[in-house]
Amino acid sequence: MNKLILGRYLPGDSLIYRLDPRGKFLITFYFIGIVFLANNLVSYAFLLLFVFFAVYISKVSISFFIKGLRPMLWLILFTVLLQAFFTPSNHPIWHWAFLSLSKEGLVIAGYIFIRFILIIFISTLLTLTTTPIEISDSIESILKPLRVIKFPVSQVALMLSIALRFVPLLIDETIKIMDAQRARGVDFGEGGLIKRIKSFVPILIPLFVSSFSIAYDLAIAMESRGYKDGEGRTKYRILHWSKRDNITVVVMIAITVVLLFLRSYK
Amino acid sequence: MQIEFKNVTHSYESNNPLSGLGLADVSCKIEDKAFTAIVGKTGSGKSTLVRHINALLKPTSGEIKVGDRVITPETNNKNLKPLRKQVGMVFQFPESQLFEDTVEKDIMFGPKNFGIPEEEAREAAHKMIKVVGLSEDYLDRSPFDLSGGQMRRVAIAGVLASDPETIILDEPTAGLDPVGRKEIMDLFKEQQQNGKTIILITHNMDDVANYAETMMVMHDSRLRAVGTPKDIFNDQDLLDKKLISLPQSAVFAQKLAKKNFKFESLPITINELTAEIKQQIHGE
Repeated sequence: MNKLILGRYLPGDSLIYRLDPRGKFLITFYFIGIVFLANNLVSYAFLLLFVFFAVYISKVSISFFIKGLRPMLWLILFTVLLQAFFTPSNHPIWHWAFLSLSKEGLVIAGYIFIRFILIIFISTLLTLTTTPIEISDSIESILKPLRVIKFPVSQVALMLSIALRFVPLLIDETIKIMDAQRARGVDFGEGGLIKRIKSFVPILIPLFVSSFSIAYDLAIAMESRGYKDGEGRTKYRILHWSKRDNITVVVMIAITVVLLFLRSYK
Repeated sequence: MQIEFKNVTHSYESNNPLSGLGLADVSCKIEDKAFTAIVGKTGSGKSTLVRHINALLKPTSGEIKVGDRVITPETNNKNLKPLRKQVGMVFQFPESQLFEDTVEKDIMFGPKNFGIPEEEAREAAHKMIKVVGLSEDYLDRSPFDLSGGQMRRVAIAGVLASDPETIILDEPTAGLDPVGRKEIMDLFKEQQQNGKTIILITHNMDDVANYAETMMVMHDSRLRAVGTPKDIFNDQDLLDKKLISLPQSAVFAQKLAKKNFKFESLPITINELTAEIKQQIHGE
């Protein structure tokens, strides 16, 4: 449970931390989009350079990003190998039955590998430098236009922030219940598949029971503090769009232009 | 079964910047069949300490001897059941571990995991439900229909039913009313008199004064003092550093001391206090 880096926040302070979370959120998705514009070595090298520059100025140790890659390792290997061996080509360097290794295949595999690194690094950068509550605030702010089609934006935002608030709490509760059942002689992760699945019943039932009772207590506490529904509430956490956010937008536009130029470069 | 800690250190997530120190170089002995209380502020390492006794946590360095079993950093996760059968553990708010559809099944859950035959486990359930102060009628009910205090008793019965030699209690009376509190504490004292070793984590100094024979004070992941409650509560250094607070009787005695009463050492229980007062008023 502690090994997953992607999706975790790491306290710190640097330029990237101080950026407006809405901007960071949108830019991350925008960047993932423009990664697919790159089509040759120079453009990929340019994007890699940009991502490493972003990692560098975030002042987060690079080892976190490498750890973030680890859970995706099998997916990356699988995709890269598939590309390398199954790219059809007229001039294979090596070839056996339906497998063939060609120069084109290797190049595409290399590109896909870089693409994975780019996407994982940039999204790890977003979650490492943005608190969950900032992310939920920016989702609320980004979804705001959906009010037009009667989408309950503020309720969804509240749901998100409550859900995020309770993630660490429920993890603690799970660990506590697991410890208690272990002390009563349950072995987790031992025996056959069926036995292992059955050993989770003594965790899941208490966890559901306590989640529902927490939800009930929280609802009562919220109502008694004057909550009616999401509409008409003021906001305490206000996000500020500042000059440095404008600069990042300009940088992103510049990157897009350079990328379009590099695309046609041979 | 004697429990011995030898230079035990535990740090959480040792290769991570989010890590924290849980225990720092703790060495102590917990005597067989004694009633030991562990006190200390929130986050001082009490819970981390007791979780080492049944290997829910393993030390980062050092070792723990529980009877003839030795727990080291290399201890394997296999074959811990015999140890956990000997060391019963009542966690904070143990009612949150209930999950079966009847009280009887829930009490039998522990014993059955430890390989006690079905019939013996059922007998234990019938016996323990009475020990914790509920009638046998409760056995057929769903644990989720009970009140909080009754659920607590069922959970405690579930731990006692495996007949552990050592019982670890992590604030077993938190959130109970005064009567329930006393009943539960008396129950554990009785268990001790039946030959069990009791280790109690608590913030309630009156419980320490009334029930414990040995007292351990934790602070900042370290073991700061071990002794009888009487000695520890009279340790001016610990009081000055605010590592412990005093039981009610001792607080009252301190106030009396300002009004011409003299105490050689602070009385820590009501009985000691009244005896002293009687003697000082009538004795002269």
